[in-house]
Amino acid sequence: MAKWFETHLPKIVLAPSFIAVLIFVYGFIGWTAWVSLTRSKLMPRYEIDGFIQYDRLFASPRWDTAMNNLYIFGGMFIVISLVLGLILAILLDQQIRVEGAIRTIYLYPMALSMIVTGTAWKWILNPGLGVQAMVQGWGFENFKFDWLVNPDMAIYTVVMAAIWQSSGFVMALFLAGLRSVDTEIIRAAQIDGIPTWRVYTAIIIPSMAPIFLSAFIVLAHLAIKSFDLVIALTGGGPGYATDLPATYMYAMAFSRGDVGQAASSAMIMMLVIFIIVVPYLYSELRAKND
Amino acid sequence: MTDVSATPAAAAASRSQGAGMKTALRWGLYLILGLFAIYYLMPLFVMLTTSLKSLEEIRTGDLVALPREVTFDAWAKAWSGACTGIQCEGVRPYFWNSVLIAVPGVLISTLLGAVNGYVIAQWRFKGANIIFALMLFGCFIPFQVVLLPMARLLGLMGIAGTIPGLVFVHVIYGLGFTTLFFRNYYVTIPQELVKAAKVDGAGFLRIFWSIFLPLSIPIIVVSVIWQFTQIWNDFLFGVSFSSAGTQPVTVALNNIVNSTTGVKEYNVDMAAAIIAALPTLLVYVVAGKYFIRGLTAGSVKG
Amino acid sequence: MKYTAKAAISAIALTVAGAAHAEPQAEVLHWWTAGGEAKAVAVLQQEFSENGGTWTDMPVAGGGGDAAMTALRARVLSGNAPTAVQLKGPAIQEWYEEGVLADISSVAEAEGWADVLPAQIAEHMKCEGDWCAAPVNVHRVDWIWANKSVLDANGIEMPTTWDEFNAAAEKLQAAGVIPLAHGGQSWQDATVFETVVLGLGGPEFFQKALVDLDQEALTSDTMVQVFDQMRTLRGYVDDNFSGRDWNLATAMVMNGEAAFQIMGDWAKGEFLAAGKVPGEDFLCASTPGEGYLYNVDSFAMFEVDGDDKKAGQDLLAKLIVGPNFQKVFNLNKGSIPVRTDVSLDEFDECAVKSSEDMKASAENGSLLPSYAHGMALRGAQSGAITDVVTAHFNSDMSSEDAVKMLADAVANSM
Repeated sequence: MAKWFETHLPKIVLAPSFIAVLIFVYGFIGWTAWVSLTRSKLMPRYEIDGFIQYDRLFASPRWDTAMNNLYIFGGMFIVISLVLGLILAILLDQQIRVEGAIRTIYLYPMALSMIVTGTAWKWILNPGLGVQAMVQGWGFENFKFDWLVNPDMAIYTVVMAAIWQSSGFVMALFLAGLRSVDTEIIRAAQIDGIPTWRVYTAIIIPSMAPIFLSAFIVLAHLAIKSFDLVIALTGGGPGYATDLPATYMYAMAFSRGDVGQAASSAMIMMLVIFIIVVPYLYSELRAKND
Repeated sequence: MTDVSATPAAAAASRSQGAGMKTALRWGLYLILGLFAIYYLMPLFVMLTTSLKSLEEIRTGDLVALPREVTFDAWAKAWSGACTGIQCEGVRPYFWNSVLIAVPGVLISTLLGAVNGYVIAQWRFKGANIIFALMLFGCFIPFQVVLLPMARLLGLMGIAGTIPGLVFVHVIYGLGFTTLFFRNYYVTIPQELVKAAKVDGAGFLRIFWSIFLPLSIPIIVVSVIWQFTQIWNDFLFGVSFSSAGTQPVTVALNNIVNSTTGVKEYNVDMAAAIIAALPTLLVYVVAGKYFIRGLTAGSVKG
Repeated sequence: MKYTAKAAISAIALTVAGAAHAEPQAEVLHWWTAGGEAKAVAVLQQEFSENGGTWTDMPVAGGGGDAAMTALRARVLSGNAPTAVQLKGPAIQEWYEEGVLADISSVAEAEGWADVLPAQIAEHMKCEGDWCAAPVNVHRVDWIWANKSVLDANGIEMPTTWDEFNAAAEKLQAAGVIPLAHGGQSWQDATVFETVVLGLGGPEFFQKALVDLDQEALTSDTMVQVFDQMRTLRGYVDDNFSGRDWNLATAMVMNGEAAFQIMGDWAKGEFLAAGKVPGEDFLCASTPGEGYLYNVDSFAMFEVDGDDKKAGQDLLAKLIVGPNFQKVFNLNKGSIPVRTDVSLDEFDECAVKSSEDMKASAENGSLLPSYAHGMALRGAQSGAITDVVTAHFNSDMSSEDAVKMLADAVANSM
């Protein structure tokens, strides 16, 4: 008995977490799938009524905008955060005198909640109050920076604020990576007379591949969940030009009393996440299994 | 500047270059870093200056400008005088709720993550990787999706609207990330360690407690920082699963800031926002160094 | 402390009066969290405790109640509904259909609500004939606010038709003043839109289009004209309006940067807080055209267990519609009492005008629920309309396309 217990202890210890995840993640996804097939309005109901919610969803121009924005926002946010994070990490790794202070400055946005920071960004980006007014005040009358109020460009201001919040974190990940690269190899490369930039592109950066993946996961997770940011910065506007699937779903479920519609949009969102994340998990875990 | 062995970059930079060129490069480097620092600090600057202005000045003047006259009234009001409903006691009474939610939430999810990571990385059994993959995917579920069914289950468990209920929710949805952190950290520790300990007669828990936990300080710091930030800044769970008396500080902040038809006091809003963020800011400033060190120590290594 | 002592005394008095009565308890979910609103609701709490009740405050602000509604759903699903909830418009009936609202007819009948409330507003408080909510106030939505000195300087009278408004706006624009202060948030776009529908189409058209959702009205030429006027108005708004909070737009009128703002009477609170005097510094008038758009705040009582909570609901309902609270609350909030028998001596001239207009329009049938503020339609439908209005206003969409999109969106939202 004790022997059995000892052999199975690892599984027993893991079991509660696993069961919790099964119920609270997969059970809830199943619940959402079910509700997405009903005509639930104010509160969830459970009589199945076919794919009506999906038909409504795909007929909605606002949903089209939200999905397009997710691709623009998600793509730009992830790529720019990665590149910027890497560049900042490399720059900061040049034996900077006040590294600690600068690092903290780059990292702190992650600590702030967007509820109010969004308001600060809103003022900075507002042409009449912020950067544009300031630069024009310096005498550059023709300077224009009105993305916030331009429906075609507003989504990029959301990208800017999101990068502001997360790129410092990515920088920290890469900085940690740079610090753990084997210095012997680099020394050897230098003795062979290979230029510094080549050392980076050919040796250091490729050796940090796992960090790119970790950073990607963290960023993808943030992109999908971006919600507070949009609400506080643009409220989804101008019009609904900066709507994202998460804000669409929230609006449907909680301000419009259209729970069935919200559930169908959630399922599509989940599908997108699945398509992006599963290949990563597959490659990550296969590599580890060797 | 004499110790060039510490980092690859330093090693790279130590190649002979013209001294003048080198100085120019350094200046350029500092300039770029400084410009980025301005970018990162700008919103905080706006928040700080606004919080130090009087409402009169905000109404008449530029929003993005230095205060003509510095006043700390807004700070005092945000802390203990701003209305968050019919009580006008500022964010102070809600602070403690957030602490009661965040501290157990962080500790429990970190401990569970450590145990899970330990099992998955060091006591591999058939299917362990699938379990890990399933837990990881759980990190990505949008929280708006889980609100309604979660509310139902919390009600059935009898912890709806309570602080234990909120702790429970945060632990559940923090598990994916904490497990990821610890698993990736422990996976770099050679399996031989466990084997040797087993030969010496140590059991599962003994090995975890005496060997692995002491090795884990850096990754514990990472997990604690991540979870603390997530839980402290959470609004959606806080507003949905609390009741009168258990609302966290983000809900109070929202109540001060987001009143629709009340008179807006931007100075108080900004001061309240900074006050509400102080604990997380403090954690980043104090533990930031360990954060990088912890990440370096292996959490992000393949 | 003063109130606690008072409460204790009246609690004892109550206990003596009726030993069988449980002590009233109420947990109240609302989104009045700042400034005048919070003060106004605190008045209710005071009265409640003076009558021996224990008030537990559950404030959740944000998005005109969106966040509060999120919390409400979670609370109801977890079987832990708050005692009383700030709800309004058709949402009351929607919640009733979910079978979670309590019947407060006994209080309503004992207090004679039917005699003191305007019939049309009373209808909003009933669910299948029973009273299920208590009204708090009446906000008028179709107000136009103006800076008096700016109008005087340019020789402009308060416009009474949209054509007059357009003419005045052209004049102001030529003089370098922003004619219309506006914040580009979807609910503000919707607010302007509904006043234009009322002004150009008249009360009957408003009823058909935005209350009955009559497809013919929605696709009519009048609706095309409405969108044309919205496009014209867009030209009178400055370029930096996107996402601007309504109070910043009010500030623009206050400091003379802009001449007009179209906004409900909560804007008055902002003028008054800045020490401006109605009639001297700023003017209030109804938006061009006839009719009256109301936005009535109310509290609905949820089905709860326990005699103390039920006693709390009854007491709360009684106090909310009571004349004293109606007066004090609305003085703080900028709105007018929903009771028609409350003296308006202490109210300002804008409030008096609002009250007179309400009585007049109730008689000639032009008293209408505001769609933009959730009084006319259920969330899914009003949301669908707002999507189109805001998309049109913030792009170069043609009026014809907007009308077509409007009809589709309404159909798709059913």
